[in-house]
Parts: sequence; structure tokens; C-alpha cells
Amino acid sequence: MNWHSWSEFLAMGGYALYVWGSYAVTLLVLIAEIVALVMRRRGVIERLAKYYAARRRNHETEA
Amino acid sequence: MSKSERFSWFRFSSPQTFYPLAGTLQPWFAAAATLLCAAGLYISFFVAPTDAQQGEAYRIIFIHVPAAWMSMFLYLVMGFWSGVGLVLNTRLSSMVATALAPTGALFTFIALWTGALWGKPTWGTWWVWDARLTSELILLFLYIGFMALQAAIDDQRRADKAGAVLALVGVINIPIIYFSVKWWSTLHQGASVSMKSAPSMATTMLIGMLVMALGFWMYSIAAVLARVRCVILERERHTEWVMEEVGGQA
Amino acid sequence: MIRALGWVLRRDLLLAFRRRGDVVNALVFFVIVVSLFPLGVGPEASQLRNMAPGVLWVAALLACMLSLARLFAPDHQDGTLEQMLLAGEPLVVLVMGKVISHWLVSGLPLVLMAPLLGLQFDLPGDALAVLCLSLLLGTPVLSLIGAVGAALTLGVRGSGVLVALLVLPLYVPVLIFGAGSVGATAAGTGAEAHLLLLGGFLALALVLAPWASAAALRIAME
Repeated sequence: MNWHSWSEFLAMGGYALYVWGSYAVTLLVLIAEIVALVMRRRGVIERLAKYYAARRRNHETEA
Repeated sequence: MSKSERFSWFRFSSPQTFYPLAGTLQPWFAAAATLLCAAGLYISFFVAPTDAQQGEAYRIIFIHVPAAWMSMFLYLVMGFWSGVGLVLNTRLSSMVATALAPTGALFTFIALWTGALWGKPTWGTWWVWDARLTSELILLFLYIGFMALQAAIDDQRRADKAGAVLALVGVINIPIIYFSVKWWSTLHQGASVSMKSAPSMATTMLIGMLVMALGFWMYSIAAVLARVRCVILERERHTEWVMEEVGGQA
Repeated sequence: MIRALGWVLRRDLLLAFRRRGDVVNALVFFVIVVSLFPLGVGPEASQLRNMAPGVLWVAALLACMLSLARLFAPDHQDGTLEQMLLAGEPLVVLVMGKVISHWLVSGLPLVLMAPLLGLQFDLPGDALAVLCLSLLLGTPVLSLIGAVGAALTLGVRGSGVLVALLVLPLYVPVLIFGAGSVGATAAGTGAEAHLLLLGGFLALALVLAPWASAAALRIAME
């Protein structure tokens, strides 16, 4: 085991800013991408549902 | 077996058949990504020993190098599929290329960011204009240019093909990124992982990097599959099957 | 084929000559931008001498990029480009003709003007010579790569900025070795490698860029 205590792990031998700065930003970016994808899918389905509903209404009023 | 019964992968080359396939495969890749990244993180923190010269700062390598590999690899894949879409006039390949770009751009950003954070404690500088860093930055601009060009053109097929030309022109940058450390000896260290010679770094470090790289690869596939499903829905919204698909969900 | 090349070249040069304003504007832009830097950073000679290669090269790059709007867009608007696509001649030849005329009108004047501007920055004689040579090799590459960008963004909204976004990353290697050659001369380490690489870029661009531009034009005009 590399680390003898939790605080040692967090300190990263003095390089905490750099190591955690890298890992944290990476995690953030990847999670942001996942969230964006989920929101994009929801947005697409919502918009398409409205679009089809509007199209159905148009066809009904025309018929 | 008659011809009509023989299975062919080409049956998935239409958006309509690829959509459900992507939906089925995506969770598996996401699971694989989680497992591999978790394993990679474990190796990077708990298995790999402290480096004699760089101390703990070197652990950034477990993200930096895999991200850089992915940034280059995804660009080549993007170039390949957009090229296929250009030459064979297939819609789905162009959709996949469009879906690849944002993930590729993000990994390029991660590579640049982690590289800066690794460079500061190790070589005393956040950034240096050497060949590899500069061409990796150019790679980021190429991804952004590709996305901007496709967003600016209204006609979908024209956007796909124009993007393909741009992507293929930019492919020349990838060998420059890769071989620049060999051609110009500046700040960035030379390649220590090669196919021919035994790697010069400790085996645990190498395994950690490869596991993380695989994890990033699985993640990329999962993200791109999810994104291409959105792209398919958006572009094929005039078809029956999309209407049924969405109507079933609403 | 050579006749078609000559025809396109002559036509484009004639059109540029008739609208000298466009041409002169780019040159004046080059001069003004270069002159802004000493005003901005102060007149200290050694600082200017260090900056000179980069400043001159970036200004040449920007001037070339601005003039890309003249390359295909006017012909696209008045229908000539469509005729060129329908013509029997290979599109690559016609594109090559347009790029050559673009360089003669927008690139070559920069090459000729650069020594005078280099004097503003107190560059020594041999550095000035290398500057000219690097621009002579580099500006055609800028025109060639720019043609690909201009063709891709033909008729697109906001194409001015978009062309810059697409083309500037591809310009970067030319900039690095162009400015680097002058810097290396001034530092005494010799510009041979840089100039040879620029020559290599030119050869590569001559082969690939007209073909990519023609493909992009066809895509834009479908």
C-alpha cells in the first residue's frame, strides 16, 4: 500500500493541486458530457413529440 | 444457406437498424468503461509506486497519456467514417463522424489540461510551444472547426461532406503529433511505449496506462453511441419509424 | 489544359486589376498592422528585432486570410463558378489558376513589401533576405490552404470568421517555420532546415490543396 493515511493520500506528496486538479477536471468533464447527452436526448424527444403532435393537429384540421 | 438467410453486418448500415443496435450495446460499453476506469484508477493510486524523480505528480500520466491517445485515435476514426460517408454517400457514417467530434474534442482538452498540470511541477512551466503540444492544440482547433463548419451549413448532406473534406485535410496533423517527439527533441519526452522495444517504464505504470486507455475507449464508444442515437432521431424525424419510436416514449 | 490555366489566370488578374481597391486594401492592411506593433510595444530596438519575424509573418497571414473572400465568392455570386464546374476542363486546373492569380495579387506584394517593413524593425540584412525567401515559399502555401477553406465555406453565413477558424490551425506550421527561419538567421543558427521544410509544405500543398479545393467546390455547388 502506497498511503499510510487518508491525509497522506490527499496531500499527494505536496503535488495535491496538480494531481487532484487533473483527476477532478477530467471527472468533471466526462460527467458533464454524460449529463449533456442525457439532456440532449430528452430535449430531442420532447421537441419531436411536440412536432408530431402539432403535425397531427394540422392534418386533423385540414381533413 | 441461401443468400437471404446469410447474416451481414451491412444490415446495420441504415439509421433505422443501427438505432436499436446502438441502444442495446451502449449500456454494455458504459459498464465496461466504469469497470476499466475503476480498475485503472485503483492501479494508478494504489498499485503503482511513487516515482523516484517526479514524486506523486507523475500519477497524472495515467490520465494524460490515455487521453492524448484517445484524442488522436478518435480523430482518425472520425476522419475514416466521414471519408466513408463522402465516398460511398452513406448517411449513417456521416452521422457517426458528427457524433465523434465532441468526445474527441473533450479528450483533447483533457490531454492539454492534464499536460499543463503535469508540466508545471515537473518541468517548471505550464506550457511550452514545442511541436507536440502545439500540434495537440491544433488538433483541438481542428475538432472545433469541424463542429463549427457542420453547424454553419444548413444543408445536411453538404455539411456532412464539407466536414469530411476538412477532417481528411486535418488528418495530416496526427502523424505530426505522434512523430514530433522523434523529429524534434524539445521539451516533451520521447515515446517510452513502443511495439518493438521493451518499454522503459515500470510495468505497473504501463499496465495502468493501458487499462485507463481501454476504459477511455469504452467510454468513448458508449458516449458516441448515445450521441449518434440523438443525431439519428434529429435527422430522421420525417420517417415513420422515428415517429413511432418517439410516440411510444412520450 | 495549360490554355485553360492561362485563361483563368488572365481573367482573374484582369478582374483584380479592375478592382485595384480590393488588392491595395490587403497590402495597406499588412503595412498598418505591422506598423501598429512598434507603436504598441515601444521603440526599443532589441525587442523589436526579436518580435519582427513573428509580427511580419502573422500580419502576412492575416492579410492573406482577409483576401480569401475574393477567391471564390464573387464568381459564385455571378454564376461564373457554376460555369467552371460545367466546363470540360478539369476543375483542379481552374482552381490552380485561381490560386496562382490570388497569390500574385495578394501574396507576392507582401513578399516585396516585407523588406521595407523589416527595416522598421531594425532587422539585419541577411535576416531580411531570409524573411523574403520564407514569405516567397510560405505565401503560396497560405493561398493554397486558404483556397480549401474558402471553398468549404462558400456561401455559408458567417463565412468570414468561419474561414479563419478553419484555416488558421492549418496555417500554424507555416507560421512556425516561416518566422522560425528568420529568427534562426538572426540568432546565427542557420535557416536551412526551416526553409527546406517550408519548401516541403509547398510541395505537399501544391499536390493536395487544389484537389481538396475542387472537391469542396463540388460539394458546395451541388
